[in-house]
Amino acid sequence: MTRALIIGATSAIAGAVARLWAEQGHALFLTGRNPERLKLLRHDLLARGAARVETAVLEVTDTLQQEAVISQAVQTLDGLDLALLAHGSLPGSDDWHSSPEAARLAFEVNATATITLLTRLTGLFESRQHGTLVVISSVAGDRGRQSNYLYGAAKGAVSLFTQGLRNRLHGGPVRVITVKPGMVDTPMTRSFDKGLLWATPEQVAIDVVRAVSRGRDVVYSPWYWRWIMLVIRLLPEWLFKRLRL
Amino acid sequence: MSGHSHQSWGRWPRASQQVLPLYWPDDQLPATGDLSLLPRGNGRSYGDVCLNDGGALLDCRQLNRFVSFDPEHGRLACEAGVLLGDIQRLTLPRGWMLSVSPGTQFVTVGGAIANDVHGKNHHRAGTFGRHVVSFELRRTDGSCLQCSPSENPELFRATVGGLGLTGVITRAEIQLKPVSGAYLDQQTVSFDHLDRFFELAAEADRQHEYTVAWIDCLARGPELGRGLLMTADHRDEANCSEPARRRLSVPFELPVSPVRSWSVRQFNRWYFNRQRRNAGRRRVHYQPFFYPLDAVGQWNRVYGRSGFYQYQCVIPEGQAREAVSDILERVSDAGSGSFLAVLKRFGDLPSPGLLSFPMPGVTLALDFANQGQRTLDLMDSLDQLTHAAGGRVNPSKDARMSAAHFQQAYPGWKQLQGLADPGLSSSFWRRVTVAP
Repeated sequence: MTRALIIGATSAIAGAVARLWAEQGHALFLTGRNPERLKLLRHDLLARGAARVETAVLEVTDTLQQEAVISQAVQTLDGLDLALLAHGSLPGSDDWHSSPEAARLAFEVNATATITLLTRLTGLFESRQHGTLVVISSVAGDRGRQSNYLYGAAKGAVSLFTQGLRNRLHGGPVRVITVKPGMVDTPMTRSFDKGLLWATPEQVAIDVVRAVSRGRDVVYSPWYWRWIMLVIRLLPEWLFKRLRL
Repeated sequence: MSGHSHQSWGRWPRASQQVLPLYWPDDQLPATGDLSLLPRGNGRSYGDVCLNDGGALLDCRQLNRFVSFDPEHGRLACEAGVLLGDIQRLTLPRGWMLSVSPGTQFVTVGGAIANDVHGKNHHRAGTFGRHVVSFELRRTDGSCLQCSPSENPELFRATVGGLGLTGVITRAEIQLKPVSGAYLDQQTVSFDHLDRFFELAAEADRQHEYTVAWIDCLARGPELGRGLLMTADHRDEANCSEPARRRLSVPFELPVSPVRSWSVRQFNRWYFNRQRRNAGRRRVHYQPFFYPLDAVGQWNRVYGRSGFYQYQCVIPEGQAREAVSDILERVSDAGSGSFLAVLKRFGDLPSPGLLSFPMPGVTLALDFANQGQRTLDLMDSLDQLTHAAGGRVNPSKDARMSAAHFQQAYPGWKQLQGLADPGLSSSFWRRVTVAP
């Protein structure tokens, strides 16, 4: 039986992954900010076949609480095989264009908290010689664009950090998987008009679960974003800066 | 807020409305100001009960969490956006199945309640609403009510079959029925004339759990109403495997619909003869038996851009033989008949909803490609036949019946209007509640 910790479990992508893992009979430890929603998820996942589901409230920016919740997860599930980091928030541009405080907070949630969590979990997995880290980054981290470069900068930091971490841990028992979803129809993106390229959280979840079982390094989800982002990264800056993306 | 135009399953009429998602059962209902709101499930209703032209739709599909399942008593509680197919897959391995299953598994629990759907075992189990233990109803004034046959019973009766107008169903508890596995014993008998159906059907209902007939509605004269009667019963076999995955799908809307009277005539003849050759006993999985059309994804696209209508009526037992025969003659003369006209006897178990469609008698369901006024005229003339025989048309599938016909056939509508949530409305409701 696989034991998985899910940070940001009330997010749509994490919720969809949790369902697939529940159907595979995993034991799950969920964290999120809203205890009522965690309870709804717990009941759903138990009905779907999870061996066990426990929950804890975690504000990811609270580094002391991070430590406590991780040890609680390890104790409750009697060890950990997997950790999925899926928390995040998309700052509205009205806020951070003018407010340094909003910009700092958005970076803290999307980058700093992820990096501190990864540091703790890496230490844990290394000491136990076992474990897989799955991090939800974003295609937004592949190049800074005017529409979301704060979110993109934070996700870019996460992508680089996991890249380096994967490089350091190569050859050892601990694996790192970076997932870069494109545009996904979730509560986080509820104010956007949805077009052809949008995916559902369920599609991304299938890619995440497959990436874990096949031991991939970097996964774009859906797959076509790998090629879209390749083109976007290759555009020369003198051209790119003129584009409205 | 996104501005997608959602369609109904019949892809007609067209409507334009805002779509606002509801993600959690305790989320505030969105404030829409003067715009009316309509809760919506998976949009499998054929007509305009799931449309709200000029208003807003509350997309409830993300309310798809299970709450609890008691495998000892077969009680399931879930959020209203859970699909019926997901329930079957969850509970079947533990020996339980939906007590009532409509013709597609791609409908939500909330939609099944709001349309008080029926299935091929109506003569044994009645409608879906009879197996609803309770539900939670959220209203636009911010209130949240528990409804069951004993708690808020008036609102329970108004919401079952209430077409989403009394509030937003967020959670429901339903009673399942015990089964051994996924397989059925199916028996197919062909009949050469409508009269023969009436001789066979009553006896079939006495003997079998599921019965349904398919009619070639383009056959005429001595072959009028020829068809196939299919019956099935659960096998005592603990096999819960999934059937082979479906592969077919209609990838896009066909620019010109191939559904023409000659092609349908040929298809129906081929299908009738093929099935007649295959008549007899067979072991079948419940999915192709309950949900034959689910095998072709997006099959509604074959009707092309102008979509299609489904016409479903029920005629009281005494008048049924004559009225169904008149209707089939009319359809056959008009030459605009459909694939798979479905004929079924309803039993006499009362439907719990104020506006529930089923009543004791015989129900006939037909699809018509939308050919404009010609099709509307044909259906109006069918209304007259239905009406004269004391029957009525199914609101859940309707996109065109007159306000006069609706109000006469469903006297409970006034009471529903009194109990409806003033913040909710639908294209259908505005159409049929105008002064006739």
